[in-house]
This record gives sequence, C-alpha cells and structure tokens, in this order.
Amino acid sequence: MIELRQVTFWYHGQPEPVLSDVNLSIGEGELVLVAGRTGAGKSTLLGTVNGLVPHFTGGHLDGAVAVAGVLTRSRPPREFAHLVGVVGQDPLAGFVTDTVEEELAYGMEQLGLPPQVMRRRVEETLDLLGIADLRRRALRGLSGGQQQRVAIGSVLTTHPRVLVLDEPTSALDPTAAEDVLATLARLVQDLGTTVLMAEHRMERVVPFADRVVYVAGGGRVVDGSPSAMLRDMPVAPPIVELGRLAGWEPLPLSVRDARRLAAGLRADLGAPPPRPVPTGETLLTSSDVVVRYGATVAVRGVDLDLHAGTVLALMGRNGSGKSSLLWALQGSGPRQGGTVRVGGVDPGQRSSAQARTLVGLVPQTASDLLYLETVADECAAADAESGAATGTCRTLLDRLAPGIDPARHPRDLSEGQRLALVLAVQLAAAPRVVLLDEPTRGLDYTAKHALAGMIRTLTGEGRAVVVATHDVEFVAAVADRVVVMAEGEVVSDGPTAEVLGGSPAFAPQVAKVLGADWLTVEDVRTALAEVAR
Amino acid sequence: MRATYFLPRDLHPAAWWLWALGLAVAASRTTNPWLLLTIIAVAGYVVAARRGAAPWALAFRMYLYLAGCIVCLRVFFRLVFGGAEGTTILLRLPEIPLPAWAAGIRLFGAVSAESLLGGLYDGLRLAAVVVCLGAANALANPKRLLKAMPPALYEMGTAVVVALSVFPQLAESVLRVRRARKLRGGANHRRLRALHAIVIPVLEDALDRSLRLAASMDSRGYGRAALVRPRQRVATGVLMVLGLIGVCVGGYATLDGSTPRLLAGPVLVLGVVVGLLGFHLAGRRVQRTRYRPDRWRPPEVVVVLSGVGVAVTLFATSTVDPTNLNPSLLTLSWPALSWPPLVGVLLGVLPAWLSPPPAPPHAGAGHDAEEVSA
Repeated sequence: MIELRQVTFWYHGQPEPVLSDVNLSIGEGELVLVAGRTGAGKSTLLGTVNGLVPHFTGGHLDGAVAVAGVLTRSRPPREFAHLVGVVGQDPLAGFVTDTVEEELAYGMEQLGLPPQVMRRRVEETLDLLGIADLRRRALRGLSGGQQQRVAIGSVLTTHPRVLVLDEPTSALDPTAAEDVLATLARLVQDLGTTVLMAEHRMERVVPFADRVVYVAGGGRVVDGSPSAMLRDMPVAPPIVELGRLAGWEPLPLSVRDARRLAAGLRADLGAPPPRPVPTGETLLTSSDVVVRYGATVAVRGVDLDLHAGTVLALMGRNGSGKSSLLWALQGSGPRQGGTVRVGGVDPGQRSSAQARTLVGLVPQTASDLLYLETVADECAAADAESGAATGTCRTLLDRLAPGIDPARHPRDLSEGQRLALVLAVQLAAAPRVVLLDEPTRGLDYTAKHALAGMIRTLTGEGRAVVVATHDVEFVAAVADRVVVMAEGEVVSDGPTAEVLGGSPAFAPQVAKVLGADWLTVEDVRTALAEVAR
Repeated sequence: MRATYFLPRDLHPAAWWLWALGLAVAASRTTNPWLLLTIIAVAGYVVAARRGAAPWALAFRMYLYLAGCIVCLRVFFRLVFGGAEGTTILLRLPEIPLPAWAAGIRLFGAVSAESLLGGLYDGLRLAAVVVCLGAANALANPKRLLKAMPPALYEMGTAVVVALSVFPQLAESVLRVRRARKLRGGANHRRLRALHAIVIPVLEDALDRSLRLAASMDSRGYGRAALVRPRQRVATGVLMVLGLIGVCVGGYATLDGSTPRLLAGPVLVLGVVVGLLGFHLAGRRVQRTRYRPDRWRPPEVVVVLSGVGVAVTLFATSTVDPTNLNPSLLTLSWPALSWPPLVGVLLGVLPAWLSPPPAPPHAGAGHDAEEVSA
C-alpha cells in the first residue's frame, strides 16, 4: 500500500539529512506505530506519505514514495486526498468550517462526490465515531477529545485507504486520549484501513500494532515486530522497561500480559519503598478561592497550602479549573473570592512586577513569554525586569539546562530547552513558589527526565513547586503530594502513592502490575538492589 | 404541501437579502416619516418573528442603536451648522464668525423648525435603510451566503470564510499573550517595547496556525481542479475580457448622453451576457459539490416577492403623487399619509407569517455551557 524506496530528505542549508536511505513497505490493512524522540524526524516521515513533504514544506527528497502505486513526486498533496487522510496534533488548527456536520462534509465537497453519497457518509461517520449528538455544534465549543474525533471523522468520510496520524492524543487528557485511541482501534478492526501513527502513549497502541517503525535520529529508520523492536528501543513505555528489568520473556506489551508474568517479581520484592512526606515551612496559604467567568464557575472555593521543598501535582480533566487556580494563586488571573497569602502578602493586590517575586508561573504556552531574537537578549531582559544582577538568568539557565548557545533564537530551541529558558526567566525574580502549567506537553521521555531533574533542583533550594499535568507517570516520578480537581473543586488530596495507586484512572502502569505501593520502575530497581544486597 | 411549507428550516440567505434590499430601496424613495417608521417597524417585526439564536442574529440591536445615532447626528448638525431656511425660527443661538476661507459654512445662529424637520426626515431615511440592511444580516447566515456563491468565485469565498475565522483567534492570542506579559511583570515598560512583546508572539502564533491550516486544506483536497484543455482556458479568458470591455463601454455610454445610443444599452447588455458566459465556463473548471445546499423553494419566492412588492409600490405611487412621499418643508404641516404607499409598505411584513420558522437551536445548546464549566 505504501512504498518508500531509498528515501533521503534534507532541508536546504542543513548539513544532516532528516531521513537517509529509508526503505519501507507497508501492506494493506496494517497498523504501524512510528516511534522516536521528539525532533528525530517522525513528522517528516509521516509527511512524505501524501507528499506534504516536500511539496508543502520545501526541502529536497531523493528516492520514491508511492501510495497505491501512485508516486507522490508526480502529483501535489491535494490529488492524494481520496487516498490518504491526515490527522494532526492540534485538531482546531486544521478545521476549515465551523460546525461538525460541515467539517465532516468538507473533504467530500472537494472531491466532488454526489450529494446523496455525502449525506449518507456523514450520517454513517457520525455514528461510527459516536458523535451524532454533536452534529450542529460549533467546533470551537467542543472539548479536545471531541474535536480530535471530529478531525478523524472528517478525513474518514472520503474513505481513504491510508490514515496518517501524527500524535493525535498529545493535547488530550488521559480519558479523552483513551477515547480517541479506542475509536481508532475499532476503525482498524472494522474498516481494514492502513494506519500509520506516531503516538507517545505507545502502551495503548502496541497491543494491536502489527509493526513498529523506529526513527532513530540521524536519518536512520528501523522497523520490525513490536516485541522485537521494543526490546532495545531507547524510548519505551514503563511496562516494557519493567519487563526488561525483570528479564521477562517474551517482553510483555500490555498490562494484562505483564500481570501474568509478575507473580515471581512480586515475591522477590521486599517491603515497598518508604515515602517520607517532606514537611517544610508553609510558603503559600490560600482558602476559599473562587474564580468565575460570567456565569461559569471555574474554581469553587479551593483551599490549598504549599510547603517548602515539596512538589504538588495538580491533576484533573481538561477544563476542571487547574489553570484558573494557578493563575489566581499567582495573582495575575481573576479571583472573585477567597484569600491568598504568600509571606503575609496577597500577590493579587501587588503590582505584577512584585507579584512575580512572590510566585512565579510558567503558563501552558510557555513561548508566549519570549519575544526577543536571541537567548542572550531574553536573559538580559529578564535580569533587567527583575532587578537582578547581570547574569542571574544565564546562571539559572545553565543550572537547569547547561550548554545552550546564547546566540540561538528561542524558537529554534527544543521544547525542553525552551521550557528551561522560560523557567530561568521566571526564576530570575527569585520567587519561592513556582507554578508550572502543563510543562510535560510535547516532551518525550528523555526531556521529561530532564524536567524532573530541574524540578528536583528547585525543591532542593527550598522552593515549593506545583505542576499541573495529565501525565500520570511523570507525577509518579516527581510529586510528593497529589491534588485532583473536578468541576472546580478538590476531589482528592493526599500523598502520591495514596491518590495514584488507589485509582483505576490515575494508576501508573507499574502500580497496575505490581500493586499500589509501587509507582515507578525506579522504585522497583532500588528495591531489587536492596534485596540483592 | 402545506405541511412541508412550514417545516422549520433556514431560508436561502439570498431570499432574505432581496427582501431587505426591496425595503431599503423603498425607504430611499421617501422622506415621509410615517412611511419610514412603518418600514422600520416592518423590518423589526419580521426580524423578531423569524431570526434564529446565532450571534449575527442577536446583533440586530446594534443596527437599531446605529440608526438612532444617525437621526440624532443629522438633527444635531442642522443645529450646529445653521438651519435658517424657512420662517419659523425656534431658537436664536449666537453666531460664531468664521474667517474668509471658510465662507459658506456657518456656525450656530438662528435655527428654524423647517431645517430641523428636514434633518429629521433625512436622518430617518438613512436610518431606515440601515435598519433594513441590519434585518438582512440578522435573518441570513452570512457564511451560508458565501457558500451560495457561483463556482467560479468558490476559492474567494473560502478565503473570506477562513479570514473571518482568524479574527476571533487573533483576539484570543492577544488576550493570552497580554496575560502572559503580566507574568514577566512587563507592565511598566516603554510603550513601543511592550507592543513588540505582544505583537511578536501573536504573529508567530498566527503564522504557525495559518501554515497548519494550509497544510490541512491541501491534504484534504482543497483546490483540486478538473483538467482544463488549453483551448478552453484561452476561450474563458477571451470571453471574460471581452465582457468586461463591453460592460465598461456600455456603462460609460449610458451615463454620458453625448455618445451614440447604440453604444449604450445594447453594448452593456452584450457585455454582461458575454461576461456571464465566461464566468460559467470558468466555473466548470471547479469540480466540487455542495453538501446540503440551500434550495430555492416557494417560501423563498414569497419572501422575495413581498420585498420587491414594497419597492414597486413606492415607485408606482411616487409618480402618481410625489407630495405624499416627500412632505413639503416650505409650509409646516403634519405630513399626510395616503393609503396606497402604506399598504405597499405593509406588504413587507408578510414573511413574518408566510415563511417557515428558523430551525430550532441544536439539541445540545445546553451542553455548551456545561462543557465550558466542566
């Protein structure tokens, strides 16, 4: 169905090719998972399938890519619309019309299908994806998971033979992501469409993937069966890492498989690791915080205390009030009721320059804070803004992410490096409370590891850190305390092991296999080392 | 037949526009305040009876405010820039002498009832036209109007739709970035620098988004064209250019009385016909279909006829009795009102009963609010 023969691709002026000499042949009805680190070339590989690379992106492509026998070299991407459906990371950015029904019909209108066929397919697709009750809704008013399902539906209506999905769940909360992935699994079973998908929640896709393609970076691409590939891929879900650690054979790909193999390991492990709850001095107290936008209430009377040297994870589905709470605590966002005190002062009453010396916030789109041409300029501006000594910001940056070239443009940095830069800019004002809103978005396993290191550095200096995130595994690795919000209220609050381990929705994979006391592969590794000694 | 006629649905947007234009043309024919107020009332009543719950439908109020402002301004200007035509002086304001180069303009001075009344009638006429356009805007979905464009203009229509959706997004990013600026304590900067700090991230965001939208549209088949033979392409071009020349020459000749009459009407008509032919050929190149297009059915015809009826009656009655349509300002008196034009204007209210009600707001209307708060 898809043939790549000796494909080499590079952007003009870049010394290294993004893809070099890639050979790949994907048969009809296969589901192929594309894995690799951020920036390794996954999106480029996916883009070659319908010719967006290089017709749209520019650059130079050698070799041949063919879909159903048609070479992408010979035609522009729009002539592949009936063969290949493409779904991106951010569904809202790809919508052309503004209601669900029209969006589903858009692709068919372009292909010039007869009106009766369009009518029938729209109805079928609405049912297939379970979105029939949304048909007249405005696209902007839908939740993220609903939007992504509409985006998938809008390419399915043209009955493409290949579906290409580039990290379709990266912007979704865990439940919405499950929804989308479950829908996709069903489509593969029912329609027999060939699917090529990049996805960082690999564990959800691996059980029904026929093949894994690993983009290794430096242009190399390796492919093979999932169990063979996962044995030594550097990016792997925790369950596979646990399997490698325990030496399980064959390597388990799902929680179910792993649990069957885990009896021996459970017996080997001694007592669960002790989890001391650090209790530093209270840096921030808040009570009865209320945030509302017109008639909608975002935060309904939340009480929260933050202690020095601890990491608090704030969880909950999209729209549960996490961001509104963080902005209200920082003082820049609206707050209609309640009190916030940082060292006896309400940051909401202070000027924004003073508020940031009390509480630092890194917003969801961190790059909103950056506007200058080089890293050095940003650092200098940050020092000036916070009245810190020259070089403060740069020193902080070097501690968080060493070795960033000061002459580089902030936009050219990797996601992780950019996050470090924004964090350094905010820390230049020396706040003792640091709030991070969805910092793990778009980060791969390695970058998350680096972020966890940064957060540990901050708590080591006696700061209080709050991380709002959907990433259960990340929370299991860094947080001391977890607060779960729903509909603007706190629904659970307690030590990480208690909150995560006991909940079926939030339990990390290791806990699902070994029980609520074990949260991360790291826990297991230390425990095994103890036992060996 | 009767059952399907009144099934709730959105009428073809062009029908509402033609109806409203009919009313607007009628309004521009008269300065009789009774007739103008009737026209405004008719437009308002139909809007109240047949508009949906969409945001553009709720904007009708804005047009009413605008109309009110227009009337007030017109009267106010008569007060300021002299209104001494006529004999009934109501008010004597001190006149401000102006230098010689401003001869012909008077500031303040005597104000007569006649000139105030003239301002009022004039303002009312403009206000009625504005209200009619507002009614069209409230009743017809602007996006569906764009979709109903001829195929040759399809690409332009899509561009306009996309451009319209950019504005709310831009406003959103500006708000987001301004909020983010506060986090850097950036409120106390020089103006230019603060502007820089907002414009750069917003533009980056907008460019990023438009690139992703373009990629998505391209991969979904936007701009797929049927194969056009070179000869056909040349024929289309020649027809369009010839048509355009014909329209220009004909238009010029029609307006300029000294050119031969042969160049006026016939050339204009010929130009339009040739141009439309080229337009049609160009449209054949676009090979796309429409999902659930708006159909032209009996209710649309009724709505258009009622609007056209209003305009026609006012044209017909003005030739009979112009004094009723444009009340005299020389002798102050209550403007008279005769039956024929009044009945004509009242024709315009028929769509309030003779058109199907708008489709009810979607079943999930309550959901939206829930979704936001959730």
